[in-house]
Formats: sequence, C-alpha cells, structure tokens
Amino acid sequence: MRLTYPTNIKILRVPCTGKVDVMYLLRCFQEGADGVFCVGCLEGNCHYNQGNLRCRERVEHIHELLEEIGIEGDRVRMYNLSSGEGPTFARYAQEMTEHIMALGPNPLKAKPKKVKDPA
Amino acid sequence: MDQAKCTSCGECAKVCPVSRPNEYNEKLDFRKAIYKQYPQAIPGAFGINKEGTAPCKATCPAHVSIQGFVALINDGRYEEALKLFKEEHPFPGICGRVCHHPCEGECTRAQVDQPLNVRELHRFLGDYELERGEFYLPEIKAEKRNERVAIIGSGPAGVTTAFELLKQGYQVTIFEKQDEPGGMMRYGIPEYRLPRDILAGEIKVVQDMGAELKCGITFGQDITLESLKTEGYSAVFLAIGLHSGRNLGIENEGLEGVLQGVDFLRDAASGKSVDVGKEVVVVGGGNVAVDVAQTAKRLGAEKVTLICLERREEMPAWEYEIIEALEDDIEIVNSFGPRSFHIDQDSQRISGIEFKSCKRVFDENGRFNPEYDEDVCEIFHCDTVIVAIGQSANLDGIKDQGIAISRPGGLEADSVTLQTPIAWVFAGGDAFYGPKSVVDAVACGKEAAISIHRYINNMDLREGRDKVWNYVRPAIEGEGIIERIKAECLAPKDRAGNFLEVANGYNEEQARLESARCMSCGVCSECYQCLDACLAGAIDHNMVAIDKDLTVGSVVLATGAKPYDPSPLSDIYLYKQNPNVLTSLEFERLLSSGGPTMGHLVRPSDHKEPKKIAWLQCIGSRDNNKCGNSYCSSVCCMYAMKDAMIAKEHSGEELDAAIFYMDIRSFGKDYEMYYDRARDREGIRFVKARVHSVIENRENRNLILRFADENGAILEEEFDMLVLSVGLEVSRETLELADRLGINVNKHKFIESDPFAPLASSREGIFACGTFQGPKDIPSSVTEASAAAGLAGCVIAEARGTDTKILEIPEEMDITGQEPRVGVFVCNCGSNIAGVVDVPGVQAYAATLPGVVFTDNNLFTCSQDTQAKIKDKILEEKLNRVVVASCSPKTHAPMFMETLEACGLNRYLFEMANIRNQDSWVHADSPELATEKARDLIRMAVARAVQLKPLHGKVIPVKKHALVVGGGIAGMNAALDLAKQGFESTLIEKQSQLGGMGRKLHHTIEGADIRAYVDKLVTQVGSEEKITVLTDSEIVNFEGFQGNFKTAVRAGGQEEAREIQHGVIIVATGAGENTPKEFLYGEDERVLTQTQLGDRLAEKGCSGLDTVVMIQCVGSRNEERPNCSRICCQSAIKNALAIKKSSPDTQVFILYRDMRMYGQMEDYYTEARKQGVIFVRFDKNNPPVAKASDEGVLVTVKDHVLQRDIEICSDIVALSAGVLPSGSEELGNRMKLNTNAEGYFLEAHVKLRPVDMGSDAVFLCGTAHGPQLISEAIVQANAAASRAVTFLSKDEIKLSAIKAEVFTDHCVKCLTCVRSCPFEVPQFNTEKGEIEIDPALCQGCGVCACVCPRQTINLNNYEDDQITCEIETLLAEEA
Repeated sequence: MRLTYPTNIKILRVPCTGKVDVMYLLRCFQEGADGVFCVGCLEGNCHYNQGNLRCRERVEHIHELLEEIGIEGDRVRMYNLSSGEGPTFARYAQEMTEHIMALGPNPLKAKPKKVKDPA
Repeated sequence: MDQAKCTSCGECAKVCPVSRPNEYNEKLDFRKAIYKQYPQAIPGAFGINKEGTAPCKATCPAHVSIQGFVALINDGRYEEALKLFKEEHPFPGICGRVCHHPCEGECTRAQVDQPLNVRELHRFLGDYELERGEFYLPEIKAEKRNERVAIIGSGPAGVTTAFELLKQGYQVTIFEKQDEPGGMMRYGIPEYRLPRDILAGEIKVVQDMGAELKCGITFGQDITLESLKTEGYSAVFLAIGLHSGRNLGIENEGLEGVLQGVDFLRDAASGKSVDVGKEVVVVGGGNVAVDVAQTAKRLGAEKVTLICLERREEMPAWEYEIIEALEDDIEIVNSFGPRSFHIDQDSQRISGIEFKSCKRVFDENGRFNPEYDEDVCEIFHCDTVIVAIGQSANLDGIKDQGIAISRPGGLEADSVTLQTPIAWVFAGGDAFYGPKSVVDAVACGKEAAISIHRYINNMDLREGRDKVWNYVRPAIEGEGIIERIKAECLAPKDRAGNFLEVANGYNEEQARLESARCMSCGVCSECYQCLDACLAGAIDHNMVAIDKDLTVGSVVLATGAKPYDPSPLSDIYLYKQNPNVLTSLEFERLLSSGGPTMGHLVRPSDHKEPKKIAWLQCIGSRDNNKCGNSYCSSVCCMYAMKDAMIAKEHSGEELDAAIFYMDIRSFGKDYEMYYDRARDREGIRFVKARVHSVIENRENRNLILRFADENGAILEEEFDMLVLSVGLEVSRETLELADRLGINVNKHKFIESDPFAPLASSREGIFACGTFQGPKDIPSSVTEASAAAGLAGCVIAEARGTDTKILEIPEEMDITGQEPRVGVFVCNCGSNIAGVVDVPGVQAYAATLPGVVFTDNNLFTCSQDTQAKIKDKILEEKLNRVVVASCSPKTHAPMFMETLEACGLNRYLFEMANIRNQDSWVHADSPELATEKARDLIRMAVARAVQLKPLHGKVIPVKKHALVVGGGIAGMNAALDLAKQGFESTLIEKQSQLGGMGRKLHHTIEGADIRAYVDKLVTQVGSEEKITVLTDSEIVNFEGFQGNFKTAVRAGGQEEAREIQHGVIIVATGAGENTPKEFLYGEDERVLTQTQLGDRLAEKGCSGLDTVVMIQCVGSRNEERPNCSRICCQSAIKNALAIKKSSPDTQVFILYRDMRMYGQMEDYYTEARKQGVIFVRFDKNNPPVAKASDEGVLVTVKDHVLQRDIEICSDIVALSAGVLPSGSEELGNRMKLNTNAEGYFLEAHVKLRPVDMGSDAVFLCGTAHGPQLISEAIVQANAAASRAVTFLSKDEIKLSAIKAEVFTDHCVKCLTCVRSCPFEVPQFNTEKGEIEIDPALCQGCGVCACVCPRQTINLNNYEDDQITCEIETLLAEEA
C-alpha cells in the first residue's frame, strides 16, 4: 500500500512481542530514544497464545518504572494489529510520532550520559 | 509475466493506462490492466489481464494497437500514443483523414451507441505531431546493413515497406515516377481531404530515417530490373499503383470533353489548369467518382451530376463521402448506365450523354453483371463527362522486362509472400490486388518488408504467416450511453471554389472525451508501456496459454463456489438500484483496511457514516421460489454476525445493527457462544422475520424495510444501509469442468457423493473438497482439503517420493575463531529503492561500518545472476556474514539463506535490512530522510550480523508408526487410510469391540445403513495387516515428542502393559449421547432420547403411536452447555420422516428454538413440513413443560403464531439430548492435550489447522473434536490421517534452530520459565536437578528467555546481545 508514515520510526524485529524484554525498552531510553512502541498481534490471536498480553503487561509495568526516574511513562505504548492492517499501522505510527513530538525529547538526553573520567 | 523475474515493484501498474473494476474489492474501486491480485497474494507477482485482442486491432488491416493508443490518449500521453501507432503504421495523420476505418465497423461501443471515432483520434495524433513541428522518428535498433532494397513507387505500400526495412537496418531507395512522392495519396486524393503538408511530413519521416527518394524516375524507362541488379540491389518491391482509368467502351469516348477520372484528379493535383465548363457529368459511384465530382465543383463547374449504375445503398463510395458530396450540391443519379455520347457537331465536342436504366448491377451470385432496360433512357446535357468507373495499372515498360502480369491486368505475385516469379522481385499495393484503401497498402507494405527481409536472409518466406486475428468483446450490459464526439467540418458555403481541408480534427479536450468512450475490449490494450517500465524484463506480451498434458493418478477438485449474485432480485431488494444496498462480500470490503475506503465504514451514496444497518439473511439460500437454491448456505449466519460486530467496532457513533433471519444457524464448534456474545454483549438486534419488500426513501436514499413479525403484524423500519447475506452457489465454470471430467453433480449442483465417502466423486480417483462438495465454512473446507489430499494420496501411495529431487548442500565452513567479515549487498530494486534512496551513497556508507569487508549494489538482488554473484563473493572475499539491504525478510530471507547454504555458509549468518517496504516505499516523498533511514537500518543490520552465530536445527528420526486412540468410525477410517498410504498403526479401543457410537445408530438421514457400514469397517480393519487392534485397552503411560512417542497400553484384560513406539498420534475418542435431566426423562418410560426413539422405531415401528412430540436443544444451548450439538435437528427430522413414512397419520410435533438443517439437509426440513410434521418454535426462557398422565405425556408449549399455550398429549416424547464427549479429560491429562470448557479437544487453530492439536504430530478427528455427523467424522478422519502422513512419510524432521537454550550454571531453579511457557516445555529434571528445554517441543517464542530473572535462557538468533546491539547502534549515531 506504500502508505507514508514518519521516517523517524525504525522497526526492530522480534519473533513475538512476548520476547520484548523490559530491559530492551529501558535500554532504548538509556541510549536516547524518545519513544518506543510495541506492535503485537490482535489480542486473542497470538501465535504463541499470550505473548502479546505479556508485552502489554510489561509496557504498563514500565510506565511506572519510567515515571520513577522522571521519564513520561506514556513514551512507551503497546498496539495490536493484524498483518492486513497497513493503514492502521501507518495511523499508529503517525499518532505515536505526534504524541512524542508533543512530549519533546527524552529527558535523559538533555543530561550528559556519563561523567567522563577527568583523567 | 515471468513470475520468477517479477519483483512486484509495481512500476508497470503506474504506467498502465487501462483501469478496470477491482474484483478483489468487489468492484467497488479500480485496478489497472496489469496488477497484483491483492496485497498479500502469493506469488506476490503482477500479472496482465489480457482477455484477447480487441476487435479494432484485429480488424485493422495494419493491426495497429488501437485500444492502446486510445487508452494513452485518454491518459494524456500523446507522445507515447504516437510512438505506439507508428510501431505498426507510418501515417497517423494521413489515415486519420482518409482511412475507411474498418475498425469502427467492429467497435463494441457500436453495440451500445455509436462506434468510437478511431480515425479522428489518430488524426489527432497526426495533428499533434504536425503542430509540434517535429515528426517522431522510430528508433532504428537493428545494426546498419549493407543490403540495398529498391522500391518502385512512393505510394503508401512503397513508403511503408521502406519504413519497415529501415527499422531493420537496410538501405532503401524509393523511385517515384511523378515529381512528388505519395502516389495516389498525392495525385488521387484531393487536397481538401488530405492537406499536402500532412502528407509531405509523414513521408519525409522515411527520408529522415535514411531512405533515399528519387522522383521523376520511370521504371522500365530510366531504370530496369537489370540496372538495379547491376547497381547492387538485393531485392525490388514493385508498388506502382493503378494510375490509369478504365474506359466505358462506348463509341466516341475519345472525343474532346470526355476525361478519365484518375487523369483529371492527377492534373488537378498537379496544379494544371483544367477547364471543365459549366455542366459536368461524372460517371461512376466509387470513391474516385465522388472525389472527381467534388474537385470539378471546386474547379468552377456550376452543375455537377454524378451518375452511377448502383442504387444509392449499393454505391461503393463511403457514406460520409457521399453525404459530403450532397452537401456540396452535387446531384446524384442512381441506377443508370451510359448508353451513348451526344456530340455538338459544330465544335466536335461532347454536348451530353444518354443513360439507360439499370435494373440490377449484381446477379444472383453477387457478381458484377448489370442488366439494363433499354426502354427507359435519359439524356443529360453537359460540357464535360468525367469517367471514373475503375482504375488500371500502367504497364508500359513492365511487360518488356519479363515481369509476370495477372489475368485482370495487374502484377502477379504470391498472395502471402508477395514474391513474383522472379525471386528477388516482390509486388504489392493496388497494382497487385486492385484498388483498395491506404491502410490496406500499409498492411501490404509491412508484409512485403517481412518477405524481403526473409528473402535476403535465406529464411523460409512462408513460415508462421498464417496468423488468424480473432478478437474478444466484453459484455455490454450496464454500459451507459456516451455520445460520440463529432469533429467539426467546414460549412458547405466555405468549401466552394477552394481546396481547404473540409474536416477539422479534434482539439485536446474532444480527443480526451472521445477516447474515454473506449470499452477496453481486450482489457490489456497492448500499449506496451509496461515493457519499458519493467527493469526486471519480466513482461512478455507474446505469452500464450499453453496446453499441457499431465499424467496423474488422482485429481482433487477445490474449485469452490461463488457468492450468489442478487441482481435478479433487485426489484425486491433494490440491489444495484440503490447504492446503499450491498452484498455481504461488498460490505466486507468496506470494512477491510485494504478495501476501497481503507476500512472507513461509509455508505456509498453520500459517504456518510451509517447509523442503522440491516442484514437480510438467506438471500440466494433456502429459497425455492425466487432463486431456486433450496439449500442452506451454512455460512451466512456466522459472517453476518461477524460483520455486524466489526461494523459496530468501526463506527464512530453507536451503530444499530439488525439481522433479519429465519433461523440462526450457529451450529459449529463454539459458534453458539459467538451468537450469544453478538446478541447479549455487542447488542446486535436479531429480528425473526422475512423481509418482503424494500422501498427507497427518496430524500436520503435510506431503505425502508417492510416485514411481518412472528405474530404476523406488518411492520416498517428505515435503515441507512442494507446488507444482503448472499449464499453460495456453484459457478458455471465449475459445472463445465465437472462435465469435462465426467463427474456427476446433484440437483443443487454440488458433487454427487455418498454419506460414507463424502469427498469421492462419481468417478474413481477424483475427489472434491471445499464448497464444491457442499456449502460449508472455512474450518470444514480446510479439513476437507487435508482429507482430499490424503484420499488422493491413498490411490497413488506407491508413487510417493518418485519425483522428488534432492538438493545437494555442500559441507559447512567452520568459522570458529574468525573475525566477522561482513558483505553488504544493497539492492536498487529497479527504481523502487534507487528512485528514492541514494544507493551508491548508502553503499559507500556501509563500507565504513565495523566488520564490513565488501559491499556491492545490484539492480535486483533477488535475481538469479545476483545469487550467483553473492556466492562468488562469499568465497572470493571469505565472507562469514551476509547482509542484504533490500526488501522484506518475510518474502526473501529464505531464498538468500539458501544461497548462503549453497556455498557452505551457515544459513543463520544472514541478516536483512528492509530499505524498500519500510523505507523507500513509505518515505518516497522525502528522499533525503529515506536515505538517512536506509543508512540507519543497514548499520543496525550490520551490527546484528556481527553478533550472529551459526545454528543447527535438531534432527529427529521419525518412528513410522501411528497410534490411533478410539476405534469408532473416525478411528477406524483414520487407521485404514494410514494403511492405504503404507503406514502401520495401533488402534486402541477401550470397549471390547470396535464401532463406538456407530453401533447405536441405524440409518443416516439419507437412508444409508450405519450398522452395515460399521461392520464393513471392522472387517476391513481386522484383515488389514498394517493395523494392530487392541480392545479393552487403557493407556497407562505416555511420553516423548513428535516423531518419537512411547505409549504404554494395557489391553485385553492383561495385567502387563505393552509399549508402543510411534511417531504420531490420532485422537478419535468420540462422544456419546447426553443423558437428559429434564422433561421426566428417567421417570416416565414414554420419554426417550432420539437414539432410543430410533431403536424403538427399528424394533416396533410406529405401532401405537398416534402422537409424538420431539423437544430440541435438551442439554444444549443452555447455561451449563452453551453450545449447539449440531446433529440433533437432523436426528429429529430423520426420526419424524421415518414415522411419517410408515404411519402418515401419526402426528409429529417438533418443538424447536432454531431449526439448524444446514447445508443440503434443508431439503429434509422442507420434506418434513410437506409430510405434515408440525414445527412449533419456543423461546429459551419459556421452554415446554411435560406432565405425565395416563393418556400420555402432556406437553405444554407457547405457540408464537397463536400467541397462546397449547397442550399436546403424546405417546412418546423424544428428547434431542445433544452430544457429550467421553473420556476426554482423562486422556487429556495423560497426554497433555487441551480441551475446551465442554470437554471437546482443542485444535491448534480453528481455521488454519483444524485437525492438528497444539502439540506437534498429534491429530484429532471425529466427535472428540466436536459434535458432527458421520459423514463429517469420516472426512475429519481422512484429514487427520492425511496430516499424520506428512510426518510419517519423512525419515527425519529437521527442527528450526530458533529454540530456547538454558545455561544451567547460573540457574537458580526459580521455575519462572516452567510457569511462563505457554507450551509447558521447560521441565525441572529432578534427577539432574536442572531445568531442561527440549528443542523438539520448544516453539521458539522466547517468553522464557524474557522472564528468566538470571538471564540464563537464550533464544537462539534472538539473544539479548543480538537485539540490544541494534538498539545501541541505532541510537549511538543519533545521539
């Protein structure tokens, strides 16, 4: 369908959203990502039964973790889609980008990542 | 389209000028003639929709791609249109004025209104070219050749031959006798018809292409064959035309004042002064005569009379010419032949001519043979007579050279090759075949060029020249009338005395409007634009359908059914009359995100979101009167509910969705729960009513439904949209195929089959599956597909593996200890990537990335030759990782992985960066950002590639033996099928004899004897060596995995269990009849189940039965067991019909909620009503009540039609008790198999894997799966056996290498993985004290790796480092 969505979205492939580790999401922010969204199968349609539900739980869990360290939890979102829903994907991508733009850059990026060893 | 070469880039569709209604979207939007069937289609290649050649192209003597250039004009691409025209014809402007356009005579549009004005359209191209001032010169692709060809005559035939030969690289000289080129086009066609600048321009093209033109040279005088030979010409083409007139053959024809038409026209065209006097008589009725008359008028004649033999309608001149002549005030006198000239004695000049009446021109045989009436004569006074009754060749100096002359006085040559008796001399044009039109000369010139080329190259002149041009026409139904656009003409008063062009051409707007009238007969217009657009060179317009003979042992028909077309019912439902009335399939496309509105639910009339939608069920089903399909289509209730729910989900506002139905037939596994959800939770309204008429509200195009409710009250309700739930029917094409294959169909046009062999057709070895077998849903169709494949395999089991080719894979290279050496191959994908992304720049960037030692870019990385190149580079550059930056790994990774494997590199050392689908395609509007993103994606892919490790999937040997659990009809059929396929099995049955539930039944509804069938199966199983039967058996232990199971069975009363080793399991444990708790069952012996009633009828018949009441849905569709038992409605009707048959006076009442006589069983429901069985519907919340009395059981039920309770005193109350699975819980626990809430085993996927179970190599069939008929259980057994064979036929199973692996060193045995795995794979081995993950069981989802708090579980190929490196490398650069 070749529907346009913003170029700042880069897709990382995992076998199932059930494989999306909390660590991966946190690492994204640590490295300076402004937002992350996970796209899993429609609920009830997970090939591995419940991977997408697990991912949703983790995403919700991470909201709290992020808030604790001063990052807006809503920078991580979970979406569900089937493979035939190109237009919806493009819409989510747009929506997510606008949402992140409104939030501004990842607050971690503003601070120096590491204090360099003076030596 | 070469499917192997097509990369699905879609460039071809962009340039295709032809749009057609898109079948995939139910014609609610458009696609091109070259198209991909739908986005997810496999193969994902494009194809061309070519119906055949359009009538215009087939009819045009020059076979110009008329539909093609018309389509291109309509698209505004005049340059391309002109180029296309000139592929076949050098004179768009000339023929745009003088062509007799036979194409228009065959134009399909003529059947609707008037033909397309093809001639004006290509004149438009000629004018476009002239106006631009630059004539298009065809590209000469052939290399320049030394051979020279002489062409005598520069008329249309000669010039065309030159044009074609020049394209082939020959050197051509044209010799012309007159002072200017063009032949009859210059000296025969008057200037007011064909302006000289157009003529000169189009002829000059051949000079510009390199032809030498020599005018004023007379053949036979200045040059001869001999002189040409001496000059070194290899071939000569004689196209000398017919430049002499024919005489009348009456006295005094040589007198002054008698002129020859062709001479007259030539003199006029040459600018010589010709004095014709005041009054002119033209003799003749052809084109030349008309031209002569009009020219005479323009030269000053006051009165011009055209007199001919023919009647007005017989005149050979074109009608438009005659009309023009009449407009020019030329008098036409018909049916007169010249008799004698009158002479003015003083001047010895003509003074008049006498004509005699002509009674007829042609005799009975259609031959020219005029018959005159000498008694009716008339004298016409005049100053000049011009004779234009025919033309002849001027053969001066031709005969002398030994050139053969034909009997009619033309040149003699072969009709196909145009070769004269002198081998190197060819002849064509009017001088060869007599007077014809310009386009005929063009056609002849093309043939001459082919012959001359072949002659010079010593090729067979005749081969392949017998092409017959057949054409196709589209249906014209529904095609609206569009007025033909007329070209303006000079008013008659403005034509007088001048030679200004009479007809004006089209302007651009007119050309576009007229071209839009084309009906695209051939669909593909053969404009060949796609050929240039396709960089992969995948398109071949000359491909033809090829007949192939295949020798096969069995045939599977999966031709399906089509949705019923409700057009014949449009008067009732306003389908196609009101755009807001859609079929269910059309409505589904509206709901689909890939559909015409991208899933935005709007009604077609005004694109507003509907607030109320009604579904009408049973359109084209259960309807003997209006459509003739009396069967139930089985699927419509379910899809209507689904669509209604999705529609509600898509609607911004609250949508009122109402389904108008007769019976809701949600009989499938767990379908009733879906119905409950639709009604109770989603708020879908179900209205039991058949709508009898629909009217349109003219104000808003809403639909007003009129219907009677259950109480008979007539109601009206208005809706925004109406969806017709259309049923299924077998297509005409399928029936024709059935006829060709010699198989029988039944009265409903589905295949004729036996209840005990439902998929076998009437012809041995031919099987059917899916909806051609009978209406059914997807799970049943997929089940049947496996079953039919299995049955087809049973017949040809011996041949298994005989045609298999084994792929040789070289030994794998050991890369241990090597530094990563990454090769990056960046794909241009034609212009798909390169058109947006700076590919060389990206490639250069890739070369700078750590680990990269080689980069390349390719036009198409997926092409065969690039694969070879990648292999070479892997070896040459010692690459140990490969990254391809191209398209989706989903479609292409397996192919590249094979390439790696084929040169000894482990297939998992490969990674893709999707810079097409996720980049250039979706960011085409921002090339710079897309290039930047491509760099990011490649950087990520390289980082990941560096981290990849070689992996090897585990190989498991397969134990070629099956365990079939359950010895009923399903289990026995499965074991027998396996035996036919050559595999052994052990069939275990817990009862002491085989047969299961089948032993308790008597007949099927069709009347087939079930017990006899069971006995037959038992005998077959007993005598089959490959089946071991264990009765009285019990499973005591079970272990193992796919290919290697071990089951311990205790059987036949023996204490000791025996161990069975087997590769697969088929579960066929069956189900029994539920034991009712309601309606006095067990308390009153007059209350029976349907099975017991069957026994009673078999034993005692109907003696003593005056009244029987049957109660449906006992123990089904209630709170405890919410689902429908599927078979009870037919059991009840089967017994009711049996009673009515033997005792017609016995009253039978069936108290029901919905009669679920799905599929073709609907006929028995109809029959039961006809036999007087009384059906009384009751409400779930108000069920019947049974009370015992001495006279009988008193059953009270509320009748909806009468609106009051009725009491029936019955001799027997038969309860449709429903189905109850047996022993599934115990077996499920033992073998770790899941069941649903009602105890039926769960399939792996309802639609896609309906007889597979969640565990690999375990299959399911029969009533253990869900309630079903015997015929359905047999099909499932066939299917389960078929699926089992896919395992058993392999010697070993190679598992995916993407599995979880535990590193036990750090494991703290917290068992989180054990609890989290959705497949219960991780196990705690108590002996070793370790967690174990069996790769044979692991599904590779990675959940365990994720949850492990110590991170001691890795998912191969998706290890944490292999994912986080991508995150780091992506963001490192950005930060």
